[in-house]
Amino acid sequence: MDVKELAEKLELKVLCGKNLEREISGCYCGDLLSWVMSRAQEGDVWLTVMGNINSVGVAVLADVACIVLTENAALDEDALKRAEQNDVIILQTEKNSYQMAAAISKMI
Amino acid sequence: MEEVKLHYDVNAYDFTCAGEASGKLKRSLKDLGFDASLVRKVAIAVYEAEINMVIHADGGVIDATITPECITVVLADKGPGIPDVELAMKEGYSTAPENVRSLGFGAGMGLPNIKKYTDEMNIDTEIGVGTTITLKIYNQ
Repeated sequence: MDVKELAEKLELKVLCGKNLEREISGCYCGDLLSWVMSRAQEGDVWLTVMGNINSVGVAVLADVACIVLTENAALDEDALKRAEQNDVIILQTEKNSYQMAAAISKMI
Repeated sequence: MEEVKLHYDVNAYDFTCAGEASGKLKRSLKDLGFDASLVRKVAIAVYEAEINMVIHADGGVIDATITPECITVVLADKGPGIPDVELAMKEGYSTAPENVRSLGFGAGMGLPNIKKYTDEMNIDTEIGVGTTITLKIYNQ
């Protein structure tokens, strides 16, 4: 399954990302950046409420498939710019991380 | 491939640029054709060290030396130094201030992550003078 399919099926809002055809291999939840960076796997969907520029940095370095901002957490303007420069896909949902992870686990 | 040397400056207290040096190094390693898992290891270790420079020191400099066999990265700052390296190496121990924690940092995973993702890690630190961390990751 790719990010495009995930976004369509779970009705996620696309905040950043032109090409959504990135394959998803797993999912990781967390807001502490160092924790996430060392444990999230390449190709994971990363569920977080951290929408700052440093989250984008972590997404790039950890090679996650996309960031999903849960509970409608806001994306900072400078974070959006950095994400656009680095082709990081960022989605948003009103659901919380638990609900989102539960839904994703049924799909992958 | 001949030896490649790269240099980056890290600004103090500038979280908008934090991660830029490690991001650039990551791209360079990718372009040089290194394996993705090796690139990831280097990127994570250098990112953590770079963030430490931004949080705890007044920025610093990063010098990377790249050969087909080994990536060596030296991160030097003129910050306050680390009083107890053994304690700082413990997972979960952090001295990051509250404003930094609200950005998602301060998990106390920085130095442990660096150790986890490198083959060799050497910390040379002196109170009031600064800290130099030397990392080696072998291309196996």
